[in-house]
Amino acid sequence: MPKLPRHLLQHRLIWPIVTLVLLLAVNAAFNPGFWQLQWRDGHLYGSVIDILNRAAPLALVALGMTLVIATRGIDISVGAVVAISAAVAALMIGGELVVKEGVQTYVSRFPMGLALGAALLAAALCGLWNGLLVATAGMQPIIATLILMVAGRGVAQLLTGGQIITVYYAPFFFLGNGFLLGLPFAVFIAVAVWAALHLLMTRSALGLFIQTIGINPAAARLAGLRERLITVCVYVFCGLAAGVAGLVVSSNVKSADGNNAGMLMELDAILAVTLGGTALTGGRFSLAGSVLGALIIQTLTSTIYSIGVPPEINMVVKAAVVFVVMLLQSAEFRAAVRGFVLRPARSGAR
Amino acid sequence: MSSGIVLEARGLTRHFTGVLALSGVDLRLHAGEVHALMGQNGAGKSTLIKVLTGVYPPDAGTLQLDGQTISPSSPVAAQRLGISTVYQEVNLCPNLSVAENIFAGRYPRKGASGLWRIDGAAMRSRSRALLARLNLDIDVGRLLSSYSVAVQQMVAIARALSVQAKVLILDEPTSSLDEQEVERLFAVLRQLRAEGMAILFVTHFLEQMYAICDRITVLRNGERVGEYLKADLPAKALITAMVGRELSAAIGRDDRATDVAGPVLLEARGLGRRGQLNPVDVSLRAGEVVGVGGLLGSGRTELARLLFGLDHSDSGELHMSGERVRFDNPAQAIGRGLGMCPEERKHDGIVAELSVRENIALALQARTGIWPNLSYARQKEIAERFVKTLGIKVADIETPIALLSGGNQQKVVLARWLATEPRLLILDEPTRGIDVAAKQEIMNEILKLARGGLAVLFISSEMEEVVRVSDRIVVMRDRSKVGELPGNSSEQAVFHMIASEA
Repeated sequence: MPKLPRHLLQHRLIWPIVTLVLLLAVNAAFNPGFWQLQWRDGHLYGSVIDILNRAAPLALVALGMTLVIATRGIDISVGAVVAISAAVAALMIGGELVVKEGVQTYVSRFPMGLALGAALLAAALCGLWNGLLVATAGMQPIIATLILMVAGRGVAQLLTGGQIITVYYAPFFFLGNGFLLGLPFAVFIAVAVWAALHLLMTRSALGLFIQTIGINPAAARLAGLRERLITVCVYVFCGLAAGVAGLVVSSNVKSADGNNAGMLMELDAILAVTLGGTALTGGRFSLAGSVLGALIIQTLTSTIYSIGVPPEINMVVKAAVVFVVMLLQSAEFRAAVRGFVLRPARSGAR
Repeated sequence: MSSGIVLEARGLTRHFTGVLALSGVDLRLHAGEVHALMGQNGAGKSTLIKVLTGVYPPDAGTLQLDGQTISPSSPVAAQRLGISTVYQEVNLCPNLSVAENIFAGRYPRKGASGLWRIDGAAMRSRSRALLARLNLDIDVGRLLSSYSVAVQQMVAIARALSVQAKVLILDEPTSSLDEQEVERLFAVLRQLRAEGMAILFVTHFLEQMYAICDRITVLRNGERVGEYLKADLPAKALITAMVGRELSAAIGRDDRATDVAGPVLLEARGLGRRGQLNPVDVSLRAGEVVGVGGLLGSGRTELARLLFGLDHSDSGELHMSGERVRFDNPAQAIGRGLGMCPEERKHDGIVAELSVRENIALALQARTGIWPNLSYARQKEIAERFVKTLGIKVADIETPIALLSGGNQQKVVLARWLATEPRLLILDEPTRGIDVAAKQEIMNEILKLARGGLAVLFISSEMEEVVRVSDRIVVMRDRSKVGELPGNSSEQAVFHMIASEA
């Protein structure tokens, strides 16, 4: 094997990348058509495109989660926020196909822009609630957001009346099903949010501030950071990101299901952040890592389907893979393995 | 056992990523002696201790305990061999009880009937007995965090004593203790010495070192300068050995008499907070160093916190340049040109995983806000300037601050504030736990800035330091201000005022 440059091996994203490449290779081995792309009706189709499309909502949620985790927090309400945002949008759009003067047109209950704005506003309010509980009421983040995780799903079910609301309004479907320049539109949304965040973190001091708060909140306050304000803003952003994900999800399935939309998404998002190399203890974080983490999770899901794992054991397989990946990412574990492998050789040489 | 030497290290050498932290160091600890390990920050004291206690393996050299070669692979292994250590920073769990901390990892178990159960009663009674040796009578069932740092330090020592130790290593155990507590600790050390224990004692307080130690090993730049009997090494010779050059006479404020005090910059009238600080009047002028004399718990730190907006006052008012102000948070105080080096450097000061550059740029960036951010080039320029002017020992400004020695960390925190070009700097114990030379460098810098018009509030447990650098001394006792003294007062005058009944 050719030797890779040392700095490349020490890059903090090397393990997520290796994991993703391995998963893709497994996919390709079991499914010869895995890398094939087809051009149909001006759209690209193929397994890889499908993975990108399905990973987009998770990547969005994971991006928001990354910042929250960087401040030493956690937000387990994002799944519920996804459901709320989806419910608000679906409820306000509703939509029906009517024939006006012999022409079929879709009519929404409220203008779509207003509906989307209201959905995002609701999501941002959810984030604000979390942020205030954490930063001003001083609750433990996991408990503070647990409240909304439970209550939020209730709110979503209340909005949808316990039913699945189906949307009949074609323009709304574009978010989750549309294509731009041959690629799924949801991918553009995720990339845009990532790029905007990346610029914000590198071109402003926000990245430094968030890390400082995560590493040492007391020192941050003493150095003059408005640590509470920043923390609240981070939770608001996390809510917003989940809200956008909720729009994409509901658009994709053309309905809103208060009961199941975004179910357990908070756990996948936390997993994506962790897979991407951001420690749950806060501080240093990697946005690109979290996106990679989301891709890893989605690729793993499609791998499980493509190699034909029976549905009843696919959770076990997923857990096993995650377990191995997390072990590989642990520096302590790698050092232990290295010691175990190298020790006999060394003592033999002496 | 040969000639009473319990622990003998020969030629210990240890590298860290190319830097030679220890180079062929010898150390001999005798039974029934207190041995001082002296040296500046970065001289290799901490590394030596970590090698002795198995935290790091040495690259070269040998360790012998009672004539047997040992190579402890971890602090636990070292402890089993009989080498117990109390570290500089309290290394205990604040969320466990005192008794649990003392016995953490080796809880007494109940006998045959319940092999797995922890014997809580035995743990508590043994903890009480251990602490009684230190003359400390506290509720061992309460959480460690409910006690002061000084008590926590005593608990750490009790923990070290709870195993049958032949060698006790104390890495700056007194840096957070007040005089009485130090005396209490020394009484314990004398008793242990009489019992034949070998004690290695690291401190920056020369007086304390001379009060308790029998023998001194001096390190400089990772090498052993020599081993001396206490009587053979007076303070001046010791400092010369540590620094490697003659120190200029302790600097003081020779310009004090001629100083024309500037206009009043910050004035507190009846500023107080129930349960923390009784109302005090304090004024600070531009170009003036105001020292705060008082013992631990006298309300010094509370005063600093109120002035800086870290705590909210519930009485009195604050005026800045004649205008009434109110600081609800440090950000507002910083906006007005205040800065503060906190007492607890590790807890409130450094941002451990961030680089020296980021740590220095932090306060200035915080005052600027999120936008515009200081460019990398500007941050680098600022950081390099302060690394140079304050003599911060670091090869690369991208090094995480946690890897620096205590004195250098303190300089970085100071640089963080100087970068904001403050009008008033509050220094709470800026020289705690750092070596003589770094202390002088920091004090020099502060005095230089004061001459340039900076107002300084200087808080220190070392009265000698307060007296030396202050233009005026605010004397505090029992959360109240008891009076003010002019800067050229003697230490005795300050202590007299503290001791006198109001």
